[in-house]
Amino acid sequence: MRGTANPKLMLMILSAVFAFLYIPISVLFALSFNEGGLPTVWTGFSVKWYGELFRNGDIMGAALNTLIVAIVSTILATILGTLLAVGVEIRRRKGRFLETIIFAPMIIPDIVLAIALLSFFSLLNFTMGLHTVIVSHVVFNLAFVCSVVRARLKTFDWAIVEASADLGAPMIVTLWRVVLPVMLPAVIAGALLAFTLSLDEFIIAFFTAGAGRDSITLPMQIFAMIRFGVTPEINALAAIVMTVSVIILALSQRLNRGGLPGQ
Amino acid sequence: MTDRKPLYLMTPALVWLTAFMVVPCLLVLALAFFRRGIYGGIEYTFTMENIALVFDPLYAGIFLKSAWIAGLSATIAVVIGYAAAYAIAAAPSRRQATLLFFAVLPFWSNYLVRTYAWIVMLNREGLIAGVAVWLGYDGDLPKMLYTETAVVIGLVYNYLPFVILACYAPLSRLNPEIAEASRDLGGGGWTTFRRVILPMTVPGIATGFVFVFVLSIGNFVTPALLGGGQFQMIGNLVYAQFLTANDWPFGAALSMFLIAIMMGLLTLQTFATERASGARRED
Repeated sequence: MRGTANPKLMLMILSAVFAFLYIPISVLFALSFNEGGLPTVWTGFSVKWYGELFRNGDIMGAALNTLIVAIVSTILATILGTLLAVGVEIRRRKGRFLETIIFAPMIIPDIVLAIALLSFFSLLNFTMGLHTVIVSHVVFNLAFVCSVVRARLKTFDWAIVEASADLGAPMIVTLWRVVLPVMLPAVIAGALLAFTLSLDEFIIAFFTAGAGRDSITLPMQIFAMIRFGVTPEINALAAIVMTVSVIILALSQRLNRGGLPGQ
Repeated sequence: MTDRKPLYLMTPALVWLTAFMVVPCLLVLALAFFRRGIYGGIEYTFTMENIALVFDPLYAGIFLKSAWIAGLSATIAVVIGYAAAYAIAAAPSRRQATLLFFAVLPFWSNYLVRTYAWIVMLNREGLIAGVAVWLGYDGDLPKMLYTETAVVIGLVYNYLPFVILACYAPLSRLNPEIAEASRDLGGGGWTTFRRVILPMTVPGIATGFVFVFVLSIGNFVTPALLGGGQFQMIGNLVYAQFLTANDWPFGAALSMFLIAIMMGLLTLQTFATERASGARRED
């Protein structure tokens, strides 16, 4: 590839694409510090919108709900997803059906999974709220954790598991003391990925949260704010939400590239 | 190790997925064949009415509109994304990882926030209008927000990073000697690209296109926010059947149709990938 392309043209393409990707985001960041809060008129630097944000009870309540959903669903998904990954990789003889079930939550359109869960919960007369959002988030989160952990296990030397078994360790001890330490970076990376996905997820939460105000998550709050009158607070909120996701994801990527301990 | 032990490990996750994914999806499939009750709700008698209604000209129009918007977004995203991926793959290797990281970074931020950023851009008092005025334009600006164009821009913007990633994978694996060989045999730059590089990277293009198309055709957030409810897409229709019209059987039939489109496209994509790798093997 290198040396075959016109460097000037390549530079132009890259600059244009990066401008397209980053200008809208940067505008949002800049506006969050605009005293007047209006898109066109710059009236001076101010952090007052951040102050307003933290005094807004609705937004803070939604942020707390989002954290609860993200933390609980991440913990559940990490345990289930990791066990699933180890199980699938030990059982090399993979069924096509199994693969389909594991990949499905990642490719089913959000809206389809969302209405499926809504129909399911309401036909069973489940009271919907944060708990149904958590249950639903675990579905796609565990699929992502599983795929991150599996990717790491592909390079895992199963001979050490056999060695551990030969030395008399029961399966559970082998898993805890041999397999887990080796794949810990991938497990943490998977958990961070799940946490971010859950933090940002809107459609499934929107359908499975029920009607009450107390189960509104931050993305639901943002959606409502965008739809019914834009207030400058949302620029500050957008800037914070974006920064948090990006930091966690960067951390996850770093961990996952970190290589296996002992290699 | 025996085959039994892994089963214990997989059981909790498989139970979870069965209970909260497989069963609910089968339920939606079943719902599509029931009748809508007189007062909303569901009447449990078998009917094909909902499926037939999907093909009613009124709704067929919405499907065509959605397919048009999704197809346009996917095409634009693939053209821009492929060019970007090509430029990244052509950069010095030590810089490629960083470029790729920054190209994908926006993808990891909140979808609603990224869409909102375009409201700020396209607004009558927004950045684009501001720049136009600053450049001396004083006529009436065309309406930009709450149009079909705004929806397409939003979709391209949101899914572009994925296309870059999908196209970069096959481009970065290309052996530079193949392009050199094509040159030595007298192929010009454009011929080499069209007859050698492009065919070998079809799987990435197909993956990117299908991904953007599938996510766009079922999307309801972007049309709702950037389209301003001016026109409906399948996603908005499904949303409305479940949350406002209270016609779940028809909503279920619509989403089954969405799944059918998706599976059809994924099959095509697999086919494209297999054909491309088959062609390579024959060489």
